[in-house]
Amino acid sequence: MGSEFVMFSLTPMLIGVLASVACALPGNFLILRRQALIGDAISHVVLPGIVVAFLLTGVVAAIPMLLGAAGAAVVAVVLIEAIKRLGRIEPGAAMGVTFTTLFAGGVLLLEQSDTSSVHLDVEHALMGNLESLVWLRATDWSSLLDPWALAGVPEELPRIAVVCVGVILLTLVFWRWLKISTFDEGFAQALGLPVGVIGMGLVITAAVAAVAAFDAVGSIIVIAMFICPPAAARLMTNGLERQVWWSVLFAVLSAVLGYVLAGYGPLWLGGDNAVSAAGMIATVSGMILALACAFGPHRSRVGARAEA
Amino acid sequence: MSEPSVTLAASGGQAAAQARPDAALSLRGLTVSYGEKPAVFSVDAAFPAGQMTAIIGPNGAGKSTLLKAALGVIPRLSGEVSVFGQPLDAVRGRIAYVPQRASVDWDFPTTVIDVVMMGLYRQVGLLGRLTGALKARALSCLDRVGMASFSDRQIGQLSGGQQQRVFLARALAQDADLYLLDEPFAGVDAATERAIIDVLKSLKAEGKAVVCVHHDLATVRDYFDNVFMINVRRIAEGPVATTFNGETLNATYGGRLAATHIDQLNLVEGA
Repeated sequence: MGSEFVMFSLTPMLIGVLASVACALPGNFLILRRQALIGDAISHVVLPGIVVAFLLTGVVAAIPMLLGAAGAAVVAVVLIEAIKRLGRIEPGAAMGVTFTTLFAGGVLLLEQSDTSSVHLDVEHALMGNLESLVWLRATDWSSLLDPWALAGVPEELPRIAVVCVGVILLTLVFWRWLKISTFDEGFAQALGLPVGVIGMGLVITAAVAAVAAFDAVGSIIVIAMFICPPAAARLMTNGLERQVWWSVLFAVLSAVLGYVLAGYGPLWLGGDNAVSAAGMIATVSGMILALACAFGPHRSRVGARAEA
Repeated sequence: MSEPSVTLAASGGQAAAQARPDAALSLRGLTVSYGEKPAVFSVDAAFPAGQMTAIIGPNGAGKSTLLKAALGVIPRLSGEVSVFGQPLDAVRGRIAYVPQRASVDWDFPTTVIDVVMMGLYRQVGLLGRLTGALKARALSCLDRVGMASFSDRQIGQLSGGQQQRVFLARALAQDADLYLLDEPFAGVDAATERAIIDVLKSLKAEGKAVVCVHHDLATVRDYFDNVFMINVRRIAEGPVATTFNGETLNATYGGRLAATHIDQLNLVEGA
């Protein structure tokens, strides 16, 4: 059991956890800023970026994909702003138009180009390939100390690990700026804080997390993790610090539980095949949100009016 | 008799801004525009230290816009802002700002004391420690507005008046010399209005400059020393006793104020 777990489940599970946490952290602030759809938009628009990067370079490699996706995300953000300002359309509609159009463009590009030789297709874009990210060089837990075995971990793991650590550090360092500019932008501006840069930095951080996660786990998880864990966490507490901790806990729980349920759930129910881990992780995060809506201690947001 | 102290914009030009070098906040030629129509046009103003000034004018006259543009919260098209004779960015630590209560989401997951501590963020920076002494200072600011017993309350559970007092406590925590408040009395209960005006008067007694966007003409005479009247352009500026009269009110509100209403405002005799 131990060796089988290390070889087939440890790395996908870790990647799922890291991707979930990396998306859930900025998700907290995006939701409080009523920009939750930005995460959704980003995870859609990375597709055309990745396809264009593939068409230009001819390979599916980490750096060009990240660059292409980041470029597409920037294009999307600029487009959203432009549509919002020039068309005087409310932000939600501007985002909706932008991300569906870019995603559709990505699908068309994908169909027109010859990507049959690589694992780049619509299905992969949606669901990733979490189950295939196995660690074949591992024999058992001692492989964690074996340099040769460690050199063989799927390349997605160190990539998402670096991004996840980066997101955590940025959140810690810029905590006060994020908090105050999210709660009271005018006051933050009057203090002389660069609120525009902070807002843009948050969106860029979310975009980097989305792109890194997209490659490994697909856009379904990315969309779910930007929204479900932070939204559920908001219903558990009335403090921002505690909300963020809850969101991390829910993200980890979704990833681990979702992976296990996808792999073993159908067997327990008498079925033959495992189901998509990405789909199950997203589903679990949705279930957690549903439970928080039903039983969370702070689900009634309008508190009793205190006496004057 | 008091005619010279009333500066009507037609005659004023830049005289007002230059006449008071001691001004806590002075604006010159401030113009702000949303889209094509200017919201504030070429406004000169000088708000003195050690006094309370009301900015009054009809809805959409640019009162809040003037305040926000002076603070750089919204970009200005042109004009100069100086605070205690220095450029804005050099003296931000001496300015406290109280935005309109309705401008934030009170469902935000945070507590009363947390909001007041935000007034200390400029002082402690990004990673500086919020020491016990700083927390004690935040608590004493809450105490000044009569909200100390609410410090651990979630902000969404407060009444409108209590929220306004928390915002004032946050401004007090900034320990500034210039206080800019955007409609601090809007929609608050009588007890809160009393508490706020007491605090503002004590700030004035300490020599601080207090500037409020104000909407209740009936209390202007009781609360304020100076009045700044605006309707996109500056209409008049000066001591309440001489400047706040039927002529300037008519010029500011453009006849939207009924004559009977003006009569009730307890204006200066014969003005």
